[in-house]
Formats: sequence, structure tokens, C-alpha cells
Amino acid sequence: MLTTEIIIQTIVSGILMGCIYALVAVGLCLIWGLMEIVNFAHGDYLMMAMFTSFWAYTLAGIDPLLSLPLCLALLFAIGWFTYYIIIKKLLRATFLAQILATFGLGVFVRYLAQYMWSPDFRTIKEPLLAGNIGIGGIFVGTPQLVASIICVVAFVFLYVLMNKTELGFAILATSEDREAASLMGIDSHKMFALGWGVGCGCLGVAGAMMANFFYIFPEVGFNFGLIAYVAVALGGFGSVPGSFLAGIIIGVVEFLSGLIIAPAFKYAFVFLIYLLVVFIKPMGLFGRY
Amino acid sequence: MKKGLFIGFIAAGLLTLGLASPAPAQEVIKIGSIYPLTGPVGQAGINNKNAIELAMEIINTTKYKHLNVPLAGAGGLPNLKGAKVQVVFSDHQGKPDLGLSEAERMITQEKVVVLTGCYHSNVTETASMVAERMKFPFYNFESSSPKLTQRGYKWFFRSSPHDETFSEAMFAFVKEYGQKKKIQFKTIAVMYEDTLYGKDSARIEKLLADKAGYKVVADIPFRRGATSLTSEIQKLKAASPDIFFPTCYISDAILMTKTSKELDYNAPMVMAQNSGHTEPSFLEAVGKDADGIASREEFSLDLAKHKPMLTEINQMYKDRYGRDFSGPAARAFVGFLALCDAINRAGSTNPEAIREAIKKTNIPGDKLITPWRGIQFDENGQNILVDAIVIQYQDGAKRYTIYPFNLATREIVYPIPRWSERK
Repeated sequence: MLTTEIIIQTIVSGILMGCIYALVAVGLCLIWGLMEIVNFAHGDYLMMAMFTSFWAYTLAGIDPLLSLPLCLALLFAIGWFTYYIIIKKLLRATFLAQILATFGLGVFVRYLAQYMWSPDFRTIKEPLLAGNIGIGGIFVGTPQLVASIICVVAFVFLYVLMNKTELGFAILATSEDREAASLMGIDSHKMFALGWGVGCGCLGVAGAMMANFFYIFPEVGFNFGLIAYVAVALGGFGSVPGSFLAGIIIGVVEFLSGLIIAPAFKYAFVFLIYLLVVFIKPMGLFGRY
Repeated sequence: MKKGLFIGFIAAGLLTLGLASPAPAQEVIKIGSIYPLTGPVGQAGINNKNAIELAMEIINTTKYKHLNVPLAGAGGLPNLKGAKVQVVFSDHQGKPDLGLSEAERMITQEKVVVLTGCYHSNVTETASMVAERMKFPFYNFESSSPKLTQRGYKWFFRSSPHDETFSEAMFAFVKEYGQKKKIQFKTIAVMYEDTLYGKDSARIEKLLADKAGYKVVADIPFRRGATSLTSEIQKLKAASPDIFFPTCYISDAILMTKTSKELDYNAPMVMAQNSGHTEPSFLEAVGKDADGIASREEFSLDLAKHKPMLTEINQMYKDRYGRDFSGPAARAFVGFLALCDAINRAGSTNPEAIREAIKKTNIPGDKLITPWRGIQFDENGQNILVDAIVIQYQDGAKRYTIYPFNLATREIVYPIPRWSERK
């Protein structure tokens, strides 16, 4: 029987998972909004964050919750260097070259992980966050709950950083008009690198939190990356809050359509929603372009 | 221009080197093996590759004469002037189209004498299509979709049981156990990944359920490698079946177990269709949360009680690759030895001769590490002497044979304790 209890449960689970999709999407959106480059290595960087968390736990016994700052810092650094080593050289390159570069980077990272760590599936066996909380017949996994809260906090932090601080203004100014910003004394390369650092840092947070409850293997990022692209397009290219909201919408649509209609088609409904938005409002829900 | 010239010189140099390299001193018999070596199921392919390499070592060297398996310690294939067996591996990443093109490449370019693989039923389907078209023997060790041996192919052979045999064993267990304990099972649910393997497995489970008079209260296909299985488990929870039959590969098996725990879904009995639920890395990933899950299986290490050589062969495997035999790896091991035995009997690398020899395969059960009565093929290329067992995880993810009752080392734990009652 499909009781209201089960439906509410599904919506709650959908929102929780959606928060994680959302943070992954926000990272992608930020980079796109800044310089109109799609990071096709996004899912694979997420995988790197999950593995960082896994190895910190396995080798040093650090719980994913405590290794969160480490993941954040490492992914920030990866993003920063990705910009200086690869992306900077592509600023004036064709769109195709930019796509191929990040796509190739993703493939490289994925297979490097496979080479170093084998395609085995790992999980973190006994994280601090475990078990579930039951309220009136509705069960919420503790790791999922904490993960979504941290994702929301990270998002709010990011939003404030981008919209209320001088640094944020500088980044936004660079994305508006790179040359004008340079004339104002803003080092545009530094801003772009920061954007990449922060965008990938989002993955550090999302990845560390996911490591608590999801399996980890070299190709784990692929599906999450895919969902993030849809979320960014749905939310509107360049709109960070839009991507966040879109991530949550996708989570709920996926879970509900899976429950009510058929699990086999749940992703089809996610894409259907996306298509509808594209038809009605081609720029996405909150798109600038 | 200079650069071009330079490259030209190197190429010319390499070419002469290639031409001048001496012909191999001893002839080798090449066997093509197409497996998922990367991708979500990569580890399973690697496990099978390891099993094949171990079998190869047993045949190609003279160290293991004491083992009671075909061609043990033969130092090569005696009827082919002691030619060594060599396996050419390639990776299909779980993709049917890649399996197809790799099969073509193996036959036309690698010049192998027989093809094996491909783990995934849907890849085996396309790869064996190529072999059939080119009149080339295809020998499958582990794909379990029944459809594969119902296509009327002349060049396809499968040494292991398929899902019908497997599923029958599970339903036979449920029936006999119910009678023994006077429990009336009424409803079942099937949940399966949406490729050939899952669909076929569920089709047969539903058929057998119908025959046995159980009602299917939930029929849940899902996309392989999904990012979440929450709505699927919710559907199960709503249907609340007496017995839950999942069919999936490893990533989904892990997620399914974790999601069930998170949503407090308590199935009284879980009967899994092997694969994901029996991979060693599944147990590593979920640990004691696997307890209570039962699965059909063709192999279990506690069978060593009835087959002492299993302990030694498993130890050899473990020494080399750091893990125990999995079911599919054991099937690959057994199948590969039987295949080499056939090539040896053929005494030739001619495809027709090899096919005839495979058809005449007759290996008794005591020469296998799997609990079968032996290997003999019917006109469809299906081994007719196969049997399946049912295992259950107990006491912290240790596997015990629970069926057939004469091979059992433990009794089933039923119903499975609720999540809240577990430590």
C-alpha cells in the first residue's frame, strides 16, 4: 500500500539527496558562470574527494566528518592548479578545445584512480555518522541528514561570499568583463583560479559527506556529474541559487516518480522536467543568458 | 620536414626489427577472453582473469600433477606437441557494442582459436553473435541469462548453470523449507536491474512463483548503477512481501543493502540471484549488514568439507591475488580447464575440430571444484550436469551452504532479524 507516510518519506529522502546533487551542481555552475567553461571532469573530481575521505579514514583513521576540511582544501588546491596548468591556456581557445581538455582531464583522473586503487568498490565501514532517526514512521539516515545540512550551510556560505564580500564582487566583476576588471586592478587570473578552487571545493564538501553513506569506486562520479549538468541547465546557466534549487527539484522528482510511476523511468522524468523547462523558458529557471 | 624524416626512420627501424624478430620457439595456443576489466564491474572481470591465469599455470607447468583437475601438471597440451596455452585478454567495459567489436578483432587479428567471456549476459550475447556468424567456437563460463543457450546457436557453449537452474534451486529450497517448518509463504517481490541479466532472472522468478502459487506483490525494475534506490526500497516496503528476490550487479547490491538499512526495510527472507550479492567486494563494503541475505550460488568455500582439493586451489588463488575465489571466478576456473581439455582432445586448432571436441566433453564431477555432477553439453550447448546451491550470510558475513540439505553446513536464519534488533 502506498501510504501518505511512504510518500512523505520519499519526498524527505528526495530533498536530502537533492541537497547533495545541488552542491555538486553549484560547483559546476560557478565555474561556468565565471568563464563559460563546462568542467567535464566535475564528476571525477567528486570521486577524488570521496577517495580522499576514504583514504583518510582507512590509512589514518580520520572520520569523514573530520577530514572534511582536508577534502575541501585538497579539492580547492586541485581546482586552483587545474586553472593555472590547463584552463589558463585555453582561455582564448575554441569551445571544442575547452570541452576536449576538461573531458580528457576527467578520463585521465578516472583511469588514474583505477590504476592506483583498482576498480574495487569501497565503503567507509563505521563512520561517526551512522544509523537513522525515526520520527513518526519516517526514517531519515543520519549521514544523509547531516550531509544535506552541511551542503546547505556550504551553499549559504558560498552565497554570502559571492554576494556580500569584496572578494565576491571582484570575482563577479571579472566574470562580467574581464578586461574592465583588469583595468580596475583586479588580477583576473587569480579570480578565475579562485573560482575554480571554490567550485571544486564544493565537491570536496559534497564528496566527503557522501563518503559516509555511498559506495566509492573510480567511476562513481559519472552519474553525479550527469545530474549536475542537468541541474545547471535547469536552474539556468550562471545562476548559482538556480542550480541549487534545481538540484533539490531533481532529487524530489527522481524519488517521487520512481515511487509512483516506475523506478526504471525515474531518470527519464528528471530529463523530462528539464526538457519542459527548456521549451518554456530556454534560459532555465533563473538563467542570465 | 626534418621531424617527419626522423619519424620515418624510427618507423622503418621498428618495422625491420619486427620482421627480424625470431619466430617463437614453441607453438602457443591462443584463447581470446573478453571481460569487463575496467568500469563498474571491472573487479569481477579481473577476478575471472585471475582464475583463468591460475588454471593456465596449472596446465602449462608440471608442478601441480597431484591436483585432480583436467590437464593438471601437463606442461602444455600433450596432443598439440606440448603447445602452451596463452590467453589474450581484452576489455569490454560492460558495453555490448565493445564486446562485439572486440570479438571481431580477436578472431580476425589476434588469431585466437576459441573465444571466451564475457561475464555480462548482454555482452556475451553480442560477442557470441559474431562468433556464430563467423563459425567460430564461443565458450562461456559464467553468464547466466537462460536466453543465451536458447538461440539455437551451433557454436555456443556454456559450462555453468543458467538462471533457470539457479532460480529453481531457490524455489525448491523455499518449498522444502516451508514444508519442513510448516511455514506458508504467500507473497514475493522481485527487484532487478534493467539489462538482460536482471530482466531474464526476474522473468523466470515470476514464472516459478506462478507455478508454486506465490503472488508477486511487487515487480520493480531499476536502472543499473543508479545514484539512489530509495524509491525502489519504499515500493518494497509498501508491498511487504514474504520473500524478496533481488537481481543486480555489485554497485546496486551495496546501495540496496545500505538503503534498506537506512529506511528500516526488514525483509523476512532475501533470495538474491548471485552476482552483486556474492562478490567479495560486496561483503567487504557492507560487512555484517549482509547477514541474513541468502543467494543462489554454484560455489562456496565451505564445500571443501566435501571437496578437499578446493582448500588447496583456493589457497593458491589467494596467495597470488590476495582474495578468495568468488562464484563466477570458480566457474571460470572450472570452465577454462574443461575448454583446454577439449582443445587438447581436438588435437588441432581447426574451429570445426574444436567444436566437435567440446560437444563430446565428458568430465566427471569429482574433477571440478564446483558442486556439479560433471560437464556434458546438450544440443544447445548447455551443460546438463549442473546443480546450484543456496548460501546465506551469517555471523558477520560468513557464507554457509544452506541448501541442498545434504550439503548444508548451517540451517537458514529465518526470519532475518530486524535492523533495530541487530548489533
